[in-house]
Amino acid sequence: MSDAIRFVLDGQTVTVADVAPTMTLLDYLREHAGRRGTKEGCAEGDCGACTVVLGELSPDGSAVDYRAVNSCIRFLPTIDGRELVTVESLRDGDTLHPVQQAIVDAHGSQCGFCTPGFVMSLLALYLATPDAAPTRERVIAALAGNLCRCTGYRPLIDAGCRMHQYPTPARWSAADADRAERVQALLALRRDQGLSLPGFQAPRTLKQLCEALAAQPQALLLAGGTDIGLWVTKLLRDLPPMVYLGDVAELRTIDTDADGRLRIGAAVSHTDAWAAIVARYPMLDELAQRFASPPVRNAGTLCGNLANGSPIGDAMPALIALGATIELHHHSGTTRCLPLDAFYLGYQQKDLAPGEFVAAVYVPAPQPAQRIASYKLSKRIEQDISAVCVGINLTLDADAVIVDARIAFGGMAATPQRAIATEAQLIGQTLSVASFDAAAAALATDFQPLSDLRASSAYRLRAAGNLLRRFALEQTQAATPLRTHALDAGSLDAPA
Amino acid sequence: MSVIREADALPTAELAGRALRHESAHLHVTGRAQYADDIPLPAGTLHAAFGLSRVAHARIRQLDLSAVLAAPGVVAVGLPSDIPGENNYGSVVHDDPIFTDTLVQFAGQPMFAVAANTHLQARRAAVLARVDYDELPAILDVRSALAAQSFVIPSKTLRRGDPQAALVRAPRRMQGTLSIGGQDHFYLEGQIAVAIPQEDGAMLIHSSTQHPTEVQHIVAAALKLRAHDVIVQCRRMGGGFGGKESQPALIAAAAAVLARKTGRPVKLRLDRDVDMLATGKRHDMIADYDVGYDDDGRICALSVMLAARCGYSADLSGPVNDRAICHVDNAYFLEHVEIVSHRCKTHTVSNTAFRGFGGPQGMMVIEAVIDDIARRLQRDPLDVRRANFYGAAPRNITPYGQSVDGNVLDTLSERLLSSSGYRERRAAIAQWNAGSATIKRGIALTPVKFGISFNATHYNQAGALIHIYNDGTVMLNHGGTEMGQGLYTKVAQVVATELGLPLSAIRVTAADTSKVPNTSATAASSGSDLNGKAAQAAAQTLRLRLVEWAATAFDVPAGAIRFDNGVVWLGERALPFAKLVAQAYMARISLSATGYYRTPAIHWDGTALRGRPFFYYAYGAAVSEVAVDTLTGESQLQRVDILHDVGRSLNPALDIGQIEGGFLQGAGWLTTEELWWNARGELKTHAPATYKIPTAYDWPREAHVHLLQQQPNGEDTIYRSKAVGEPPLMLAMSVFHAIRDAVAACAAPGRNVPLQAPATAEAVLAAIEQLRAVETAP
Ligand SMILES: Cc1cc2nc3c(=O)[nH]c(=O)nc-3n(C[C@@H](O)[C@@H](O)[C@H](O)COP(=O)(O)OP(=O)(O)OC[C@H]3O[C@@H](n4cnc5c(N)ncnc54)[C@H](O)[C@@H]3O)c2cc1C
Ligand code: FES
Ligand code: FES
Repeated sequence: MSDAIRFVLDGQTVTVADVAPTMTLLDYLREHAGRRGTKEGCAEGDCGACTVVLGELSPDGSAVDYRAVNSCIRFLPTIDGRELVTVESLRDGDTLHPVQQAIVDAHGSQCGFCTPGFVMSLLALYLATPDAAPTRERVIAALAGNLCRCTGYRPLIDAGCRMHQYPTPARWSAADADRAERVQALLALRRDQGLSLPGFQAPRTLKQLCEALAAQPQALLLAGGTDIGLWVTKLLRDLPPMVYLGDVAELRTIDTDADGRLRIGAAVSHTDAWAAIVARYPMLDELAQRFASPPVRNAGTLCGNLANGSPIGDAMPALIALGATIELHHHSGTTRCLPLDAFYLGYQQKDLAPGEFVAAVYVPAPQPAQRIASYKLSKRIEQDISAVCVGINLTLDADAVIVDARIAFGGMAATPQRAIATEAQLIGQTLSVASFDAAAAALATDFQPLSDLRASSAYRLRAAGNLLRRFALEQTQAATPLRTHALDAGSLDAPA
Repeated sequence: MSVIREADALPTAELAGRALRHESAHLHVTGRAQYADDIPLPAGTLHAAFGLSRVAHARIRQLDLSAVLAAPGVVAVGLPSDIPGENNYGSVVHDDPIFTDTLVQFAGQPMFAVAANTHLQARRAAVLARVDYDELPAILDVRSALAAQSFVIPSKTLRRGDPQAALVRAPRRMQGTLSIGGQDHFYLEGQIAVAIPQEDGAMLIHSSTQHPTEVQHIVAAALKLRAHDVIVQCRRMGGGFGGKESQPALIAAAAAVLARKTGRPVKLRLDRDVDMLATGKRHDMIADYDVGYDDDGRICALSVMLAARCGYSADLSGPVNDRAICHVDNAYFLEHVEIVSHRCKTHTVSNTAFRGFGGPQGMMVIEAVIDDIARRLQRDPLDVRRANFYGAAPRNITPYGQSVDGNVLDTLSERLLSSSGYRERRAAIAQWNAGSATIKRGIALTPVKFGISFNATHYNQAGALIHIYNDGTVMLNHGGTEMGQGLYTKVAQVVATELGLPLSAIRVTAADTSKVPNTSATAASSGSDLNGKAAQAAAQTLRLRLVEWAATAFDVPAGAIRFDNGVVWLGERALPFAKLVAQAYMARISLSATGYYRTPAIHWDGTALRGRPFFYYAYGAAVSEVAVDTLTGESQLQRVDILHDVGRSLNPALDIGQIEGGFLQGAGWLTTEELWWNARGELKTHAPATYKIPTAYDWPREAHVHLLQQQPNGEDTIYRSKAVGEPPLMLAMSVFHAIRDAVAACAAPGRNVPLQAPATAEAVLAAIEQLRAVETAP
């Protein structure tokens, strides 16, 4: 028997049955629910016109966590058991929500097509910053997934900075979002047996997951859908039956094991995963911030990025450099662990047997003598796919001689890949610009990158070498400014 | 950072000139603003999708649609044979097929459309066509087209003086080259039309269009109807930027053909990829120049070959390139000049209007020439710019013979120089660069002088329609379209001002070919100039009628009747406007009027390229400062200072919005927005994943954006305001030149910076390495 999808919308439980499991939330809203305030600008998660807020019960069931996501690449069944908030949800007679009023007052809409999406991204930020106005940087970061072609963004950023100056609204303040009724409504939708629709299953436990996979070995594992969604909306593919990982309790956790390693489960979003990683490796903050956009990070999973294994995926270079391990489960119950770099066999080929899935990734604890960095090069700073991405992890001995080097690149080969020859050049050298410049010559042995729309082969190779130089400069000349975005616009004091 | 200061608003009680919010702002933020895709449609509406060619140039041997027709939900396909009238949507030269018949001329060209029960079904069916192509050699870029003498329309030359002799005579001479990238509009709302069959063979079209009248005519011609059989409506667009000037006719015509064939309403909404593959963009151009100059950097003679990639058809390429020619001068006097403009035919999508309409590309050429001169002379490029500014007669005549009157650039750039601290910052930057090997900074001031009016004189006309209902409310309609620029707000402000009413008394309504006929495109920045004046005329007609009647009816001198904030003063006596109107109605006074306006004083000889094509010029200037990472070529805009001339602003908030938005859009054009075709002529940057417009992060952390105060338009425009739609885009040339400035700092002075647009990280790194290679060469 097939279930119906249930979610909360404007305080009501909505039940939807008999839809294709690949129907997007956006299509549902616009074509079925008559809520056309949410717009489609790209259908690929890149413009933010379709942004909505999803409320999800915290794992312990005590609170609802509200986050912005892209409705255009989100399959409707995956919002089962969640609370959906759209721009229409903010309606309160003729009174505008502070987020809306701030945009109006800042003259933040011109054509208005992007505006509902900005409203929802700012609403998520508004709910997440109950006590004080967010900083300008935080507002900009929250808007990284929203494109506006008309305004130049200045008034929208201003609106985000000023939204806290308005009286607290009756609905959709942080206090209102915290109300027990909201938790209750979602608790009432909890299932023991996961949602089951034709072509879609959402197991709730690891055991149910294994059973589902055993019963349907050809099933497609669906995590955040930020890759898979596009197979439907852009590539127009028919999908096999899907098994959704997002509700599997055991996969939703982040733990620390006995060796101090982080274990990040397969259903953990990028947002949560990177927060945990950056807490241990602060130098990866920029990589985390520049990974996709907040709504994509809220939906997509770290393990999905690793499992998808794109040659230009951003998590792999850094995690390979850190020496991460991937944990694979078979539905029969067997488990094995692999160094992450050993997982990638060739273009779109992974060491993943039928019936196996990625259960978690282990990120080692930082060591004292390590020097670590990750750099991403793309045409645009925010929300872009890498032309080149690199993770660097050196271990130095007491004399500052490099005793171990792990340097992994994305965008340089058919898989995320270590620069073996380059690493070898560095071992035994001191950490200096000269030794890195010399080692960079070996990059041409390690890689023969492609030319494509993101960069030419020559640029990739050249820039990859220069990124190594940047690393050496940063490690040895910390006082000199080496990054454009770290500069302060006002200060033109000549570098020391 | 910048805020609308109270002082920016006019010191007047009138509504015109106030920083009022966009008329639809409350609808935008609540999601209640209706776009074409949001209009509830009759049951049975079909959804359509285009079937696109996959190759750049080929004869179609066979088009097999059996799989398309057999796909789930498919109801019909539309082919050339289903078009009863003309298979064309080109408005100037009729060379744009709606569905191409036997010849494919670019990868992404529509060959057919399919109508199905849902949008997804239509999209899935459309890709199932089996096409047997007989591939032909394709010309894919401007240089190849030049070599093959492949043109869509004949080349044009503008010549003044004796450039060749003056080049020989000049104390110094130099040649150079610049390539300037194209740009996708990336309006957030993609192209869309809905065609709804009406009784008696008529057709109603909802179109996201800047040019309803053209959609009307193209649809009528395709369906073999007459203009009065087709009604086109557009309440608002989710952005246009020129991309919805000629292109919407294609979408509407295809939808209408399917609607006629099936007898059912048809919606054709292009998904983002199809939109970007099948519709035109800004022309990319290359320029080869030869310049003669003196020791002060003053240009003695200039010869420019400017070649544009027009794509496979003419579209608006003629006027776009004419405007490019007319803006090669930008703010500078060119005594002896020759501009040869080639309109190259390539097997790529047909390029079209985009904010600035060729002007930006023309201006980029002269700015590069000036920068090159300055580098050679080791001067601050700003000094060379100012040495070449238009001045007093005889240095005030453009190459096409129009005199530059009311030039505010000297004042404006002087004010901006001091408010931005340009000189001090340039010195500080030089010092910084001397001490920083990796990060180089650069700064540049570039001016903008942009001609306002359509080059084609006959487009410079507009109509408006105003009804006053007998409860005193006003319905306003005019030929202009709202794409976010705030036109409807500004025109409502004009009408409210003329009738002495609060803005709430005025309802603005959708552009509608059945209300105001024969409209021009809302383009060339002319929207409020034209429609504001037309609406003012209609409002004045009505006011005059009311005054004449009231003078008699209430026995007061006409001169003693005033309209003020919803109240009509009859001498000392006050009557609410609604009361007065109700009485006028009872007295059988007509409460509806049309207004009409044509721009005076302009004339243009498109063959000789001489005349006064522009009613006036809009001016502005910007100072941008960037930091460049010389390891990666990444650049970042650190700060911008803008001073822009909008005459007497109709609405400072909207004008600032146009300036900021235009500036950042221009910055995107010149930095991250790269269109990339593979060797087969397939565009590979056809979605936001691959085509990168600026995000919030790209707005500079420090920005000072101001309107030039106390400079009413010298010409009699609507309340002495100036157009603001396009000119600010070109303020972004300052970003490109600041990057050039930073790149120049990577090598010894005296050399030209070989940086091409867009200045992607890769292009910047290439320029740095080229510059340094010259240095280390023996
Ligand atoms: C707008 C946008 C921007 C993006 N920007 C970036 C970026 O900057 N950098 C970057 O690297 N990526 C980027 N991505 C891609 C990134 O979001 C995905 O790679 C994401 O991490 C995939 O995770 P997911 O949970 O969404 O996977 P899904 O889409 O659900 O799945 C992806 C693939 O992995 C498989 N899979 C998922 N989980 C498992 C598992 N546990 N075991 C086995 N197989 C599994 C699925 O079957 C599928 O084949 C972007 C995507 C979008 C839409
Ligand atoms: S429609 Fe663009 S992100 Fe969803
Ligand atoms: S207001 Fe038009 S895209 Fe943002």
